[in-house]
Amino acid sequence: MKELRLMKGNEAIAEAAIRAGADAYFGYPITPQSEILEYLADQNPVETTGMVVLQAESEVAAINMVYGAASAGRRVMTSSSSPGISLMTEGISYLAGAELPCVIVNVARGGPGLGTIQPSQADYFQSTRGGGHGDYRLLVLAPASVQEMADFVALGFDLAFKYRNPVLILSDGVIGQMMEKVELPEFRPRRKENESWATTGKTPGRERNIITSLNLDACIHEQHNIKLQAKYRRMEEEETRCEAILCDDAEYIAVAYGASARISRKAVEQAREQGIRAGLFRPVTLFPFPARELKTAAKNAKGLLSVEMSAGQMIEDVRLAVDCRIPVKHFGRYGGVVHAPGEVLEAIKTFQV
Amino acid sequence: MTEEIIIAGFGGQGVLSMGKILAYSGIMQGMEVSWMPSYGPEMRGGTANVTVILSDKPVSSPVLNHYDTAIILNQQSMDKFEPMVKPGGILLYDNNGITRHPERADIAIYCVEAAVEAAKTDPRIFNMIVLGGYLAVRPILKLENVAAGLRKTLPERHHQLIPLNRQAISTGMELVKEVNKK
Repeated sequence: MKELRLMKGNEAIAEAAIRAGADAYFGYPITPQSEILEYLADQNPVETTGMVVLQAESEVAAINMVYGAASAGRRVMTSSSSPGISLMTEGISYLAGAELPCVIVNVARGGPGLGTIQPSQADYFQSTRGGGHGDYRLLVLAPASVQEMADFVALGFDLAFKYRNPVLILSDGVIGQMMEKVELPEFRPRRKENESWATTGKTPGRERNIITSLNLDACIHEQHNIKLQAKYRRMEEEETRCEAILCDDAEYIAVAYGASARISRKAVEQAREQGIRAGLFRPVTLFPFPARELKTAAKNAKGLLSVEMSAGQMIEDVRLAVDCRIPVKHFGRYGGVVHAPGEVLEAIKTFQV
Repeated sequence: MTEEIIIAGFGGQGVLSMGKILAYSGIMQGMEVSWMPSYGPEMRGGTANVTVILSDKPVSSPVLNHYDTAIILNQQSMDKFEPMVKPGGILLYDNNGITRHPERADIAIYCVEAAVEAAKTDPRIFNMIVLGGYLAVRPILKLENVAAGLRKTLPERHHQLIPLNRQAISTGMELVKEVNKK
């Protein structure tokens, strides 16, 4: 049996980065994700796997260091929390435009602005609609446990390289700060192979590789955009992930990701104890959103409740998934307040009146 | 069996580490566990609390609004969490500094005078005396698993303190007394 460790979500993601064979991490402290940088600095993996860990002078510097390492075809990760991710969005847009693979972690807190340090899920639009300027998407994974915080790092790197696209792990202050038992993934070696597109020094027999997001010719840039869009459509075809719990006979389904999925699961259990046929649909990828799967899971449902620690953002994707044919309501506390299972249960019951 | 616990007091009383020892002890007993701290501005000099869940089933929500057991170590936490104990649940508190004692008649109330006892020997064992009180009134964990949880939680450089901590747990088990009869 593998060793089970009791870890915070933030610590698990940091340990998983070392084990995933990451070449580098660049970050800047911000609550509630500072344990990622602290853990990596404490482990000092440059002595073991050779992974570079550097505290940058700002989030802007960190994301541009990510751009540099990714341009060389290296596995590179950064992390921050909501206001820090906003600072990074210019760089994230450039990474997407230049088709560079990387893993970005957002342990989200309440906004807007500097907001609060408590948990929030109000960065859904920012995460799933790109965030920065231009027509681009990030592949967004939403862990709902410390185990998934650990597991999604290697998965994130694999998807980032498969699509040459930044992958965002969208977590929140609950999942980042809580401790659960975790079975850590096996160590993977750091990459030895060079990517054909990477800027690692020109060798004879091939053209120069150029990494840029700039095209002065609009027609060429339109073609680049069309290629990007084709990539995002391929993600929608191939990469949706989700979990449907007790949905088969459910009259009312809570749709929730991350911490809200955990809280809603308890509300669903309580509803079942009271004879209410409730279910939980948990999107694991937020982009691509598992719309077809939700439509199938909701085929017998009379109402969907989008439970999110925001004023209602994912609810738009939920409505689109069911073509607005089923009543969809939003429930959520926000601005840093975490809803309790009992509150979600009461919201489920509002469908009955 | 699922036990949903809130431990609440001042920052510096060892609330979070007591919760971590409980959670690790649960793992040692083969249980599913979660540990969810308050990490807001309140922990920087004010109140601190942690929700610990021990269960033989996977834990759903790490965040709760009702608890089987509340372990309360200051007045603010008493005011906040006494109403959130489930009917039939347990409230365990240290009466040191408490100005309004718990009043509910539908829960079992226990007191452990841990602060006074710890002041006699070593203030750092305060939280382990409280933990002993909890283990006496809610014996869901085997003491050998608690000892293993202690070893896992304490950094190795502090392992010479394990006997002191185990002694404190025993002291708490003896000190705890029931305040009301349910």
